[in-house]
Amino acid sequence: MANLISGAEMVFKVLEDHGVKHIFGYPGGAVLPIYDELKNHKKIKHILARHEQGAGHAAEGYARSSGKPGVLLVTSGPGATNAVTALTDAYMDSVPLVCITGQVPTHLIGTDAFQECDTTGITRPCTKHNWLVKDVNKLSSILHKAFEVATTGRPGPVLVDIPKDIQFKKGKYTKPKAIKNNIKLNIKFNGQESAIEKVVELIKKSSKPVFYTGGGVINSGPKATMLLRELVSITGFPITSTLQGLGAFPGNDQQFLGMLGMHGTYEANNAMHDCDLMINVGARFDDRITGKLDEFSPKSKKIHIDIDPSSINKNVKVDVAIVGDVKFVLNKLILALKEKYPNFVDTNKQGISSWWKQIEKWKNKNSLGFLNSNDVIKPQYAVQRLYELTKAQDTFITTEVGQHQMWAAQHYKFNKPNRWMTSGGLGTMGYGLPAAIGVQVANPEKLVIDIAGEASVLMTMQEMSTAVQYKLPIKIFILNNQYMGMVRQWQELLHEKNYSESYTAALPDFVKLAEAYGCVGIRANKPEELDKKIVEMLSVNKPVIFDCVVDKEENCYPMIPSGKAHNQMLLGKQDEEKEVSEEGKVLV
Amino acid sequence: MVKSPYSFSSKKEIIENYIIVVWVDNESGVLARVIGLFSGRGYNIDSLSVAEIDKKKNISRITIATSCTPQVLQQIKLQLGKLVPVHKVADFPKNKKTLLREMALLKVVSSKVKLEKATKLCKKYKCTILDKTEKSLILEISALKKEIDELVKKLQPLGLASTSRTGIVAMTKGSEIYKQH
Repeated sequence: MANLISGAEMVFKVLEDHGVKHIFGYPGGAVLPIYDELKNHKKIKHILARHEQGAGHAAEGYARSSGKPGVLLVTSGPGATNAVTALTDAYMDSVPLVCITGQVPTHLIGTDAFQECDTTGITRPCTKHNWLVKDVNKLSSILHKAFEVATTGRPGPVLVDIPKDIQFKKGKYTKPKAIKNNIKLNIKFNGQESAIEKVVELIKKSSKPVFYTGGGVINSGPKATMLLRELVSITGFPITSTLQGLGAFPGNDQQFLGMLGMHGTYEANNAMHDCDLMINVGARFDDRITGKLDEFSPKSKKIHIDIDPSSINKNVKVDVAIVGDVKFVLNKLILALKEKYPNFVDTNKQGISSWWKQIEKWKNKNSLGFLNSNDVIKPQYAVQRLYELTKAQDTFITTEVGQHQMWAAQHYKFNKPNRWMTSGGLGTMGYGLPAAIGVQVANPEKLVIDIAGEASVLMTMQEMSTAVQYKLPIKIFILNNQYMGMVRQWQELLHEKNYSESYTAALPDFVKLAEAYGCVGIRANKPEELDKKIVEMLSVNKPVIFDCVVDKEENCYPMIPSGKAHNQMLLGKQDEEKEVSEEGKVLV
Repeated sequence: MVKSPYSFSSKKEIIENYIIVVWVDNESGVLARVIGLFSGRGYNIDSLSVAEIDKKKNISRITIATSCTPQVLQQIKLQLGKLVPVHKVADFPKNKKTLLREMALLKVVSSKVKLEKATKLCKKYKCTILDKTEKSLILEISALKKEIDELVKKLQPLGLASTSRTGIVAMTKGSEIYKQH
């Protein structure tokens, strides 16, 4: 019998073979053999979270900022159920995660044993795939497959459930096979050349084009970002981005119209509505983007480039679909365009000049503008100052979910991919703080800031303890308005200002809380002290909780109200009187 | 049927019946994955039948009858195609090119006269009698859903006591077999 090793040791061999350097987790009874084995594998560093959800979001932040899969190790029962939110979040936002869960021993499965739950049953709808390992000799190949599934095609979370007896049992380790170009996982580009030609002709014919790009560009890697920039530059077309796509194209470029969608800019949404050609690169026509579907961009030809065939025609019917990896498709498209129409941008300038004039008119509305104040800190102003004071550094931003998230997306400009980590699909309050931990682990020397709301951040506040333990100098920048701001805004607009349960009457003193955790607390109350305090925060080489006390009743504009189309935006208070229909009120 | 919270589609959508056939690895949980996808995304299942068809390759064939719009049918096929244990997915057109069958076992408990009437019906519908006593009769019918429905209706006044039916199974006519893409 050659070289038999335990299941627990196999787990680490797999991690080593896949180049994993960090894992996030929390021990418990059913994973003890794996935790026992940790000491023999010095190349792998374990980051102990304070809650499995925190470990999961940290693994997500790690994955999104590094482009490598995040690895999560938790115990059975509550360990697994606590990880479900993070897994679902990763599933919605296409983040590659490998979650390893302990399970009660095989002979106890199904007996309602202590800390038993049907982990594979619970996580089936929130993972790309999951496995319950019943044979130690299959463990290594299942784990290799898990990495393959998580990272190929449209990335996402996977879970491997390992009963405790399997962790102890000895078996044969198999090395990973070189990942084959599995047609199913890594969709090949064949028979789609004619689609590329069609796209080139549509680009040539269009007089009102717009690029609409999403997280797929970032998931495709740095090369896709470069190709996107080249394509936008050689066409001269305007470009807008979804929340998840921010950073794929420079946020301060003249051709960039800002984010689109529910809280997108006036120019981006109107361009989407009025365009005659929409080129969707790696985005999924999500409901926050389209608004009312019946009136979504009625006059345009639509092109959709996506790696996931089931994204095509799911919400919006398109005219040309290309299924493939963004970097691969863009490369083909650029080559085809350059060959057929060299010097396209110059020869075509005339063709789209009146479109750009129209866009300039929309831009002049200055839809992100707000009335600043000398007495209270406006949240938008706070984000703008934070941007101005950190833009010289390579800064990584995470967020929680709500108004502060939208203000961050609107007012912080990203120039590089993988610098912006936010929970878009699932909208998970409590994402940002643990995600920042993961980002800082992956990028030890970089500045990492969680732009937070006071309600969200309290959901995973315990992870400050993790940041302190591993000396991760993350900055938690709380826009504190004492309300669940987005809930309050919807109640104001849709529920006759009945602020039902959206005000937090008892908040902790965040400065003292920071001190209790062993980090630094800073508070800013007045606009004039904001810059000084932010600079102070940046100078501290420790985790900081920054309590930025902002206007309590500021609303996030612009906004497409529920049930309305892209060209029916509310730009500010003056527009609020335009009513939302009864039908609109039932929407989320 | 587009299910954005924003759409109050005023368009009338055409809902049709389809047969979807899925070839899967015969492993634990695979049926739950397929069914979970249907329930999770709000697709209908009108009937379902599943059994192993290749012991060596460990393949099962799942046949699902569903009713939806053509757009949703495309979604169902693409979503099923993404599941790791799924090998191929096909939708069989409900027309002359496709053979469809359902099977039913029907138990009639009744008087002699009524049992005789049931036996006559049995001949008309090409049933097989599997079991017979003085008081009862068990029939097996393999036919289209419509025909089985008819027979069931006619047997009711004759003392139909128990009904057990399968889901639909399907196969394309002629020499062709379904190949993925």
